[in-house]
Amino acid sequence: MYLDHAATTPISAPALAALTTVLARSGNPSSLHGAGRRARATVEEARETIAVAAGAHPTEVIFTSGGTEADNLAVKGLYWARNAAEPQRRRILVSGIEHAAVQDTVEWLEKHEGAEAVWLPVDATGTVSLAALEKELDDGGAESVALVTCMWANNEVGTIQPIADIVVLAAGHGIPVHSDAVQAFGSVPVDFRASGLAAMSISGHKIGGPVGVGALLLGRDVTLTPVQHGGGQERGVRSGTLDTAGIAAFAAAARDVTDNLAAESARIAALRDALIEGVRAAVPAAVLRGVDPATAPDKRLPGNAHFTFPGCEGDSLLFLLDMAGIESSTGSACTAGVPRPSHVLLAMGLDEDTARGAQRFSLGHTSSPEDVDAFVAALPQAHARAKQAGMAGRASSIRTASTTR
Amino acid sequence: MRVLAAMSGGVDSAVAAARAVEAGHDVVGVHLALSRMPGTLRTGSRGCCTVEDSNDAWRAADKLGIPYYVWDFSERFKEDVVQDFIDEYAAGRTPNPCMRCNERIKFAALLEKAIALGFDAVCTGHYAKVFTDADGNPELHRAADWAKDQSYVLGVLTHEQLRHSMFPLADTPSKAEVRAEAERRGLSVAKKPDSHDICFISDGDTAGWLAEKIPMTPGDIVDETGATVGGHTGANQFTVGQRRGLKLGTPAADGKPRFVLEIRPKENKVVVGPHALLAIDELNGIKVSWAGLPIAEVATGEEFDCHAQVRAHGDPVPARARVTEVMDDGVGRQRLTVTLAEPLRGVAPGQTVVLYQGTRVLGQATIDAARSLARPEF
Repeated sequence: MYLDHAATTPISAPALAALTTVLARSGNPSSLHGAGRRARATVEEARETIAVAAGAHPTEVIFTSGGTEADNLAVKGLYWARNAAEPQRRRILVSGIEHAAVQDTVEWLEKHEGAEAVWLPVDATGTVSLAALEKELDDGGAESVALVTCMWANNEVGTIQPIADIVVLAAGHGIPVHSDAVQAFGSVPVDFRASGLAAMSISGHKIGGPVGVGALLLGRDVTLTPVQHGGGQERGVRSGTLDTAGIAAFAAAARDVTDNLAAESARIAALRDALIEGVRAAVPAAVLRGVDPATAPDKRLPGNAHFTFPGCEGDSLLFLLDMAGIESSTGSACTAGVPRPSHVLLAMGLDEDTARGAQRFSLGHTSSPEDVDAFVAALPQAHARAKQAGMAGRASSIRTASTTR
Repeated sequence: MRVLAAMSGGVDSAVAAARAVEAGHDVVGVHLALSRMPGTLRTGSRGCCTVEDSNDAWRAADKLGIPYYVWDFSERFKEDVVQDFIDEYAAGRTPNPCMRCNERIKFAALLEKAIALGFDAVCTGHYAKVFTDADGNPELHRAADWAKDQSYVLGVLTHEQLRHSMFPLADTPSKAEVRAEAERRGLSVAKKPDSHDICFISDGDTAGWLAEKIPMTPGDIVDETGATVGGHTGANQFTVGQRRGLKLGTPAADGKPRFVLEIRPKENKVVVGPHALLAIDELNGIKVSWAGLPIAEVATGEEFDCHAQVRAHGDPVPARARVTEVMDDGVGRQRLTVTLAEPLRGVAPGQTVVLYQGTRVLGQATIDAARSLARPEF
């Protein structure tokens, strides 16, 4: 039972068909002969499809190797370009709950490029504080800000961020806003043009496309300093031979999800609500993190459920569920596979011990009521055992020489 | 049995896990994350719990077709092993952190979690043997290959811990055999160098590492009679048996080199003396434990013959030992007195003395005092 669609979701049938068809053909889209022209036509068609799916103009679609590259390109590229034009613009206003692809990029800019990160606080639901943003823009001096970056929806707790309000606040000062929409795109309606964003990152494999392809949507009037240099593909902003097959499959997946978005997100949200209800019934002590969809259904990703289980180590739960055939996630980033308390949960005000008991269950296009039922049936035993195993920080009760004197 | 294989990323634990799988157990591999900063790569034979080690363990688990996880014990490790190491040195003692890790992490924190999660045993790549008698009582013995034998660092395990321990490398004739087996099984770690030194001191400079953590106060160096013969910049940087770096102003009466005999942290003094006085005849032990059921003499308080070993790869010497019970805060505590038939050199408080009868590990104690009968008290 796969409950980790937020990590990656199985490739959809149209995407797989496009991938295998195009992969069998040769041709570099930059070549000028027949094979090249055919590859180029495939890429441009895909570009148009992605543009329609994301509410952008085809020129605004810059293909990348995925969400992480798109985030790097947007944050570094915007920072460098803005800073080159106006050297006093060194501040980056960034939410405190970003994915590592943004968080780490901002920290790198701080360390190596003289940037100053301003981490915007979030409330208990994981929603970024507009008041804090406003204060930074008004009191902190908007003329020292290079860019604002805030994810569209959080990857751990699924909270949808007030992107429109952020853009309005920043636009008042002429500051470009980037949003990592990797989790949101294909899951909730996302319209790049209507959002007023300067740049927006999306990824293929989160929507049923293949891994290794994504895009940065970049306003046509936005100047960006490239990160990667070479043949000058993609408006000169992202050099490198284009992955024609991956791009075609990405577009097929994008068309598929956006065509069915309303019905599919309603179906998945209903499954998610059943899952939440099931967890609450099985483990009354479990606490739903993020926005309660019962009160604000449009403020949470339809496929996301996230709980903390008091007194349980997230990795114990993950292990026990995995052994029972249920694939979930602790939700937070790993270094060498080591689960650390999530920075998102800490930003939401949780203490470390509570944060360590986190488990994310995310649903997607292959999810069925049977998945939810099997999970809810397996949870009580897994939870009881995990609770017995306790927290890793706790001293062992096994008595040995040094526990005596 | 459901077996949790602790996999360090080295060849021994990988082969141990492979043998557990082959024996028909239901095995899950776990790598213990012991450092809060795992983002380092291995340099030669040093270091542990690096990204590389974790990946090596992962690849080995893949080859064996067993599930693999990384569990975070960094907080416990820091408290129970690293901090203990610092505290012991600060108190003028010489601890063995690997032993401590076996005692409190691998066969306590990890074992307890494993049992709670439904496992029956923890399996490691240690070279030692557990026999279980007809009543299910475990006995710990030396490995077949005495050169690789690691029963010393497991001597601190108790009856309860040994009941849930599995050491599949027990009967392996040599390390070369283990490497050859790893090669045969297609494990990429077959040629990986052995780990040496203390895993949490990545550059191997223990003195330098400790100097950053323990405040050093200048004090006196005195000779075996208590007469001041020099000064030091901090007593805790010395180890018993050390000769170099003493920089003594007053030469010895006989003109022969002097060695560190003792560190007295309370007085901030380092005691030096002639080589002959390094020979230890009697040890007193605290924090006593028995590796399985204690032998009869433990309860009767009678003296018994045994062999005593004071370091991981030191030779055991014949000895006689006796257990007494002392009252401490109203609680009876065991104390161990070991009289060595042949003197041992370089014995420092804080080290562990492990007692053997033949190949069997009886138990261990932390050395509290080490006496040379030739040395007068002052």
